[in-house]
Amino acid sequence: MSQPSASVPLVGSDRHHTEQVILDLEKRAREIRRTVVSMVYGVGSGHPGGSLSATDILTSLFFHQLRLDPTNPCWEDRDRFILSKGHAAPALYASLAMRGFFPVEELSTFRRLDSRLQGHPDRNKTPGVEMTAGALGHGLAIGAGLALSARLDGRSFRSYVLMGDGELQAGVVWEGAMMASKYRLDNLTAIVDFNGVQLDGMVADIMPLDPLADKWRAFGWHVLEIDGHNLRQVLEALDEVPKLHAKPTVIIAHTIKGKGVSYMENKSAWHGRAPTPEQYDQAMADLAEPEANRG
Amino acid sequence: MAELQSVRVAYGQALAEYGAVNDRVVVLDADVSASTQSHLFGSKFPSRFFNVGIAEPGMVDMAVGLALGGKIPFVNTFAFLLAFRAAEQIRTCVAYSRVDVKLAAHYAGLSDSFDGPTHQSISDVAAMRGLPDLAVVIPADATEARLAVKAVAEYPGPVYLRLNRNEVPVLFDESHPFQIGKGVTLRDGGDVTLICTGMMVSRTLEAAEALRGMGIDARVLELHTIKPLDSELVIQAARETSCVVTTEEHSVIGGLGSAVAETLAEEFPVPVVRVGIRDRFAETGPYFDLLDRYGMAVADVVSAAKRAIGMKKEC
Repeated sequence: MSQPSASVPLVGSDRHHTEQVILDLEKRAREIRRTVVSMVYGVGSGHPGGSLSATDILTSLFFHQLRLDPTNPCWEDRDRFILSKGHAAPALYASLAMRGFFPVEELSTFRRLDSRLQGHPDRNKTPGVEMTAGALGHGLAIGAGLALSARLDGRSFRSYVLMGDGELQAGVVWEGAMMASKYRLDNLTAIVDFNGVQLDGMVADIMPLDPLADKWRAFGWHVLEIDGHNLRQVLEALDEVPKLHAKPTVIIAHTIKGKGVSYMENKSAWHGRAPTPEQYDQAMADLAEPEANRG
Repeated sequence: MAELQSVRVAYGQALAEYGAVNDRVVVLDADVSASTQSHLFGSKFPSRFFNVGIAEPGMVDMAVGLALGGKIPFVNTFAFLLAFRAAEQIRTCVAYSRVDVKLAAHYAGLSDSFDGPTHQSISDVAAMRGLPDLAVVIPADATEARLAVKAVAEYPGPVYLRLNRNEVPVLFDESHPFQIGKGVTLRDGGDVTLICTGMMVSRTLEAAEALRGMGIDARVLELHTIKPLDSELVIQAARETSCVVTTEEHSVIGGLGSAVAETLAEEFPVPVVRVGIRDRFAETGPYFDLLDRYGMAVADVVSAAKRAIGMKKEC
């Protein structure tokens, strides 16, 4: 598989969304997408669709927003990020590796025997993974508990939970939503990767979520809605959140399942399957750097 | 008959007392704090008490988050709701994730007797015992419930603490040794070993006394920890008495009886007779009457002991 470079520097730590910051993040996101496809292709299994839809959000979090120290993954005041949609593990692992939590070379061990990179994230195996995930629906209530612990201890870290949309069909998500609302956890941010596609088909056909923003508002949440592939919008939403008080905030990020790989986009078939060699080449061409495209 | 004391009140008081010496302890309940007695902690430490309503899976997940943030959460609700409604949370986010959540499972066995089989819990140990990395602890009386609070809080890992609703005979005083994973020999004897847990400890001691009158010397082991099982003590008893009876307020499938039988089948096969509920749901009624009706009378233990002795190899 092609190895990602670790050469792109951490961008935007000054919190200014200059054109260069956005361009650098977009470049990083393409690199993560290529890595995701390579990881799934390399082992012949995994979940590319939901990884690619979440990539721009993960890039914005790990390379701009989150206060983290890769040399000290257990730093007490780090921001906490919980990937509730654990099947997006390839995108999480790629982000963590490029952020410096473990060597990027290790990404090729994904889903193999003796690997620290399990099929779904395992907090006891992978540096930087805050919580084990894979069974859907858990992250929000767990994030609420983390946010509550921060408040009890007077700590300033923020907790972020990235969920899929299909996942919102699970009742326990709304238990967590009520808990976060009751305890007014404005240090908790939920992000919904709203790609509209789940394993068996379209979310709207299987169990519709609309009106999704109204649902969250009715549960006592601030709601921001963005294009989850527009990095400027993602960064602005993440910047907006700390200014919203007394309630938790959900960012509903409208995304495209399989984003960036032409034949995967909006296809439930690409929820969990690996590309053929020809499809792999096509994906790499789709995800190539713009300069290369022009050349 | 021995003095009766409420197991749940002992637990609630001990939790409130321990909360004063360990400020990492937080307590969650799902709208049954007046039943579980977790309200005693709640009124003493309101900022560390979270009543989340009738939302058991969410409660376990929120406790996981609190534990990740450095707290020692005690989650409280009825045993059947924890072990079954929140089973996947416990499997994935507590046991597999090895997050240190303490699961206080109340009204276990038939002890919520008048509410009937919807509220009784006769299969929870089977479900919880099958999960790797989760300890299962069952106090026998109010004293052990009190001692268990500190032991469970300070145990390095998640624990399923199975608690009785009712006033049951007091067997032990505060000097009673209580260490998670360590069985206790309550009575010596060479003819048969009666291995008991929870409420059945008192009835098993009565049975041992009755057997004595029949010229049978029964050893009595209390295993308040079903997992990790004190297999050394069990194997030693099998070796020295050549037959074993298990007694528990639970289905004979998957609980203490299964744990003992599995261990002995592999390590030192001897006859094992299980006393418990014979794979059926019970009904509404007075607690002690239900125990008698569903196979957990003192007489049931006595006849199980005789049967086990009769099954010993003649050599």
